[in-house]
Amino acid sequence: MPQGTEKNPLDKESSSFLAKVSRFRETGLFLFILVVMLLTHLKNPNFFSLENLDDLLTNTAILSILALGMMLVIITRGIDLSLGSTLALSGMITALTVSSYPTLHPLLAIALGTLIGIVCGSLVGLGVAVFGVLPIIASLGMMYVYRGLTYIVSGRRWVNASQMPESFKAIATTRLFDIRLYIFIAIVFYLAFYYFTNYTRTGRRIYAVGSNPDSAAITGIKTWRFIWLVYAIMGGLSGFCGVLWVSKFASAQGDTASGYEMNVIAACVLGGVNIMGGSGRVGGVLLGAVLLGTLNNALPMVNMSVFWQNAIQGSIILVAILVNAQVKRNVDRGNLLRRHI
Amino acid sequence: MPGPHEIAADRPFAWKAFFFQWEWILLLVFLAIQVMNFHLSPYYLDLAHLREEAADLAWWPWLTSLIPAVLANWADVTISFLDKSFIVFPMAFIIIMAEIDISVGSTVALSAVLMGLSYKAGLSMPLAMVVALAVGSVCGFINGLILVKYRELAPMIVTLATMIIYRGIALILLEDQAVGKFPAWFQNICWGYLGPVPIMLLAFCVTALVFGIILHRTTFGRQVYAIGSNPVASLFSGVPVARIRVTAYTLAGLMSGVTAIFLTSRMGSTRPNVATGYELDVIAMVVLGGVSTAGGRGRIIGTVISVFTIGFLRYGLGLRNISAEYLLIIIGLLLIFAVMLPNLRPLYTSWYSARHPRRQ
Repeated sequence: MPQGTEKNPLDKESSSFLAKVSRFRETGLFLFILVVMLLTHLKNPNFFSLENLDDLLTNTAILSILALGMMLVIITRGIDLSLGSTLALSGMITALTVSSYPTLHPLLAIALGTLIGIVCGSLVGLGVAVFGVLPIIASLGMMYVYRGLTYIVSGRRWVNASQMPESFKAIATTRLFDIRLYIFIAIVFYLAFYYFTNYTRTGRRIYAVGSNPDSAAITGIKTWRFIWLVYAIMGGLSGFCGVLWVSKFASAQGDTASGYEMNVIAACVLGGVNIMGGSGRVGGVLLGAVLLGTLNNALPMVNMSVFWQNAIQGSIILVAILVNAQVKRNVDRGNLLRRHI
Repeated sequence: MPGPHEIAADRPFAWKAFFFQWEWILLLVFLAIQVMNFHLSPYYLDLAHLREEAADLAWWPWLTSLIPAVLANWADVTISFLDKSFIVFPMAFIIIMAEIDISVGSTVALSAVLMGLSYKAGLSMPLAMVVALAVGSVCGFINGLILVKYRELAPMIVTLATMIIYRGIALILLEDQAVGKFPAWFQNICWGYLGPVPIMLLAFCVTALVFGIILHRTTFGRQVYAIGSNPVASLFSGVPVARIRVTAYTLAGLMSGVTAIFLTSRMGSTRPNVATGYELDVIAMVVLGGVSTAGGRGRIIGTVISVFTIGFLRYGLGLRNISAEYLLIIIGLLLIFAVMLPNLRPLYTSWYSARHPRRQ
C-alpha cells in the first residue's frame, strides 16, 4: 500500500466526490495530461507521432530524474536550491575531462560526474544535517559556491561540441530497441526509486523523518543520517544529470541550468509532494514532470508563442496548488463532520 | 500578580550582551573589506589622486580636505549596488515572520516593463513611475492574499508559482524587445545628486529609517516579531495576523516597484529578463544581516550593514578585476557561516557532554 492513503473503512459509505478526487490525485493529473495531449493533437496531428513522443520523453528524462531526488529532499522537510549549480559544475568538469582525455570511456565520465555531484550534495547535507543550517540557506549558499566554482574551472569559456569526443556525445544519441537511452535511464531510476521508497527500510525511514522528526528520533532513528543521505542522493542525481545534460546539448557553459531548480521544485509540487514534508509519491512526481514536459513540447506545436510558456506554466502550477488545497479542506471538513456524528 | 508595566520593565544594559552581537561581527567584516579595498587598488576612493594633489600640505589641513573627498567618493560607490537593496527591508519583515517571498525579482521585471510600456503609450513619466509602484504593490498584494486565504500553503510554493507567472506576463507583454527612450531627467533618479549626496543613497537611508522605525518602534513591528516567534499564539492573543502578512507582502511588492524605477533609470531601458535572481541576492543580504530564517529574530541595522558589506566587497573585487565568480563563492560561504555560527556552541556542548557524561 502506498504511503498516506490507508483507506478508512468508515469512508466508504460517505465519501464525497471531492474525497475521491483527492484520493486519486494522480488520476486527476493523468487525465489532465491526457486532455492537454488530446487538445494538442487536435490542433497538430503530429503530436502523437512516434518521433514527437520520443522527443517529449527524452526532454523530460532529466527533469524527471532530478524530481525524484527533490522529492526525497522535500519529504524530509527540506529544499535544495543548489541542484542547478551542482549540475553545471559536474557537467563542466566532466566536459573538460573528456575534452582533454578523449579516450575516456563514457561510463567513467558518468561515474566522475556522479561522484562530483555526490560530494557537492554531501556538503549541503553536512550543513543541514550536522550544523543545523536551514535547508534553504545551506543550499542557497552552496548554490553560489558551486556556480562560482563552475566559472572558475571553466575560465569563463565554453566547452563546445567540437571539443567533445564522439563517444561522449553518443550517450545522448544511443538507442536501445529504437528508444533513446535517456528514456531507459529514467525508467530504471523510477523503478529503483519506487522500490526504494516503498519497500526498503531506509526509504520508509525517510518518510518517518519527514512526517515527524521528533518522533522519528525518539523511536531510535538517527535523523541526521537520513537527512544527510537525501542531500547526497540529490547531489548524485544532479551530477549524473549534469553529464546527461552536457552530452545532450553538446556544450558546457558557466550558466548551464541556472534557475532549473525552480522547474524541478514545480514538478514535485505538481506531483503532490507536500512541501511540509512526510508525503509524496514516485508516481505523482513522474506525472508532474511529464506534465511540465508535455507543456513545453505542446505549446510550440500549437503555434503558441514561446513567450506565453512561462505564464501558462505558472498559472497551471498555481491552479493546481489552489485546487489541491481547496479539495483537501473540503475533505478535512467532511471528516470532521463525520467524527461529530 | 505583576502588572503589565512591571513585566515590560527595561532590561538592564549588559556590556557582554551588547558586544556579542552579530552586527558587530558584520561591522568588522565591513571595515576589513574597506581596508582590503584600499590595499587591492590604488584607485579605490581615488585616494592616490587625492594624496598627490595635496602633497605639499601639512597633515592636518590635508586630513580635513581628505575626509569630505573620501566621503563623497564613498557615496559615489554606493550607486553601483544600491538599486536592489530597497527590497531588503520588507524581505526582512517577511523572513522575521518565518516566511519567504521569491517572487520579488519577477515583480521588479513586471513593474519595470509596465512602466516602460505605459510611458510608451503616452503617459507622463511621473505617472509611469506611479504605475510601476502600483503594479509592484498589486503583485505583492496578490501573494499576500493567496497566502492569507490558504493559510496551509507554504509561502515558498505560492511565490514560486507567482514568480513564474509575473515573469511570464512581462514576457507576454514585451516578448524579446526592450523599451527605453525615457526623458533625460529620468536617469538622474539613479545617477543624480542632491547636494553632495546621491539621490539613491538618500532614498535608501530614508527607507531604512522608515522601515527601522516601523519594525522597532511600532506595534506593527512588535506584532511582526510575535508572528515570527509563534504564529498560532499570536493569532489567539489578538494579533491581526492576516492583515500584517498581507501588508508585509504588499510592502515587498511596493519596494520591488521602487527597485524597478531605480534599475530602469540606471540602465536607461528595460527588458522582461531584468532582475533575474534578485530574490536570492536579497534573501542572502537579509540572512547575512542576522535575520533568522527560523523567524522572530533580526534587526534593520544588520541588514543595512550587510547591504553595504556585500556592495563594497563586489565593488572592490571589481576594481581589482577579480571576477564575479570569487564573489559568488565568498558570499555563499559567508551566508552559510553566518547561519552556522550561532549553532556551533550548542553543537559543541552537546558533543562534549556526550563524550564526558556528568556523574549523577
